[in-house]
Amino acid sequence: MAIARIRLPENARRGETVEVRLVIQHPMETGFRRENGERVKRNAIHSLVCRYQGAEVFRATLSTGIAANPTLRFFLRAVETGDLDFWWLDDDEIEGTVKARLVVT
Amino acid sequence: MKRRDLFALPLIVIPVRVFAQAPNSHISTTDPLVFSFTKGRDVLPGKVKIELPALADNGHSVAMTVRVDSPMTEASHVRAVHMIAEKNPVRDMAVFYFGPNSPRAEVGTRIRLNGSQRIVAVAELSDGTFWSDAVQIEVREAACTDGG
Repeated sequence: MAIARIRLPENARRGETVEVRLVIQHPMETGFRRENGERVKRNAIHSLVCRYQGAEVFRATLSTGIAANPTLRFFLRAVETGDLDFWWLDDDEIEGTVKARLVVT
Repeated sequence: MKRRDLFALPLIVIPVRVFAQAPNSHISTTDPLVFSFTKGRDVLPGKVKIELPALADNGHSVAMTVRVDSPMTEASHVRAVHMIAEKNPVRDMAVFYFGPNSPRAEVGTRIRLNGSQRIVAVAELSDGTFWSDAVQIEVREAACTDGG
């Protein structure tokens, strides 16, 4: 199970643009690396979705071209206090989720 | 030729730069990867900006920001930005999708590069037009296929 971290401002004003930073602990194996002569199977996060109050605000399709421990930084508009839900899927069909609360004052 | 005439020389270069901004100057419309999302439509240089260092010691993790100049309203917003690494074994590096609720079409991430190459970004706007930017990066030590 992957470990992820989200960074958000402590609170935001209504209508304000908020920067969201996400780091997921994941090897993003390319499938080209060798360990003791054996090829390590490709395993990268290929889909990632961010929902804010249940509505999709950001989506990304990633590949092995993204560095290990993928990091993403994007923006969203603060509407009201609610949860940010991240969901992702890797080549091993392992899902990951992480949640954070955006406080709007 | 007078020495001061040498100062006029850079003026000759400017029309060449203008020519480089012709449609599809960053990409090939018949490239299967590009065709998969443009469906053969023209890609105009401009509106998109890739921020990437000119030189990287290694290609394992290079910070990159891509930004599209757009008002991000219901009527005019960025739908997606496709990132292409021309010399990576997997060329379609990432696709970022936005919506009318995104206040700013900007994404930052860290990428993996298999050697010196050109990185191309193609943005798809809500009016169906495509815009692009390309930057060259020198990578001293490649990632991906180093066999290590």
